[in-house]
Amino acid sequence: MILGVSYDLLRWEEKNLIEEAKKIGHNIIPLFTKDFYSFFGVSSSLNLDTDVIIQRNTSHSRALLTSLIFEGYNYKVVNDSTTLIRCENKLYTLALLNKHGINVPRTFVSFSREKTLELADKLGYPVVVKPIEGSWGRMIAKANDKDILMSLLEYQEYTTSQYRYAYFVQEFVNKPNRDIRIFVIGDEAPVGIYRINEKNWKTNTALGARAEPLKIDDELQDLALKVKEVIGGFFLGIDIFVDKERGYIVNEVNGVPEYKNTVRVNNFNVSQYLIKKISEWVRK
Amino acid sequence: MVTAKCPICGNPVEIPDDALLGEIIEHECGAQLEVFNDNGRLSVRLAEQVGEDWGE
Repeated sequence: MILGVSYDLLRWEEKNLIEEAKKIGHNIIPLFTKDFYSFFGVSSSLNLDTDVIIQRNTSHSRALLTSLIFEGYNYKVVNDSTTLIRCENKLYTLALLNKHGINVPRTFVSFSREKTLELADKLGYPVVVKPIEGSWGRMIAKANDKDILMSLLEYQEYTTSQYRYAYFVQEFVNKPNRDIRIFVIGDEAPVGIYRINEKNWKTNTALGARAEPLKIDDELQDLALKVKEVIGGFFLGIDIFVDKERGYIVNEVNGVPEYKNTVRVNNFNVSQYLIKKISEWVRK
Repeated sequence: MVTAKCPICGNPVEIPDDALLGEIIEHECGAQLEVFNDNGRLSVRLAEQVGEDWGE
């Protein structure tokens, strides 16, 4: 198999993917986005002899745009542009999951400060304010009361986000210092981690949460595969809360997931597994 | 090994033969440098800072 790896930053994951593919005997074409271009209307081909391209750009906009370009020239891409849009926009993710009966956090989206404050009273403090697009826990903030919420809304309005006047507010799910990250690879959900943080309510490993191996029960596996059916894609990182009363609640879905800590604590070779599943898919 | 010039301090930067484009090199002066293709030869430039759309 000839495998393209589209990237803009060589993190551990991109290097590991390239190393593992070479070990298995696949040919690798590294596609550094900053050196890459397309010329629609002039060239009918990108002159890339690849069976499939793995999308690994760290920048969400570069990931989406390069997936769109590859698809415009009929390349297979993991993940495709539609999946990336569905994952990147938290409201899109939430709306799709909700439509298909998957448990999501109680969330409101409003378009004025007044309505936001009124709805926050109904939801009950603390509440969590999130940017509609974002990652690594960036700009996610907890408001313990109305005063703090007012300040957070004002801060959001002075950002450059195109969604700065859309207020995405969620309940603060009382999770036990941890949440779940489970990976879907092809048609399986073989591995995941608990992300544990005793010092910070945010459980992103990018913010210092520690990883422990996840015990995957049937319910969790079925849920992960159902999320994949709804969101699409081939390789997903799904973030799930466990609520004492409501059970599993799907919080977010990541379309270019990082997995260094998952590999480390589970002794599970995610890159190799992903390449194997892609190879099976391409041969079909 | 290719030798380039650090765009920050001007001292030499050794680029390993197996470096890929986009590889990050921590230079002795403290600069984070990114390997790039400068008209067919490997060179380094100041690495991009974390962007607001970076993530998973």
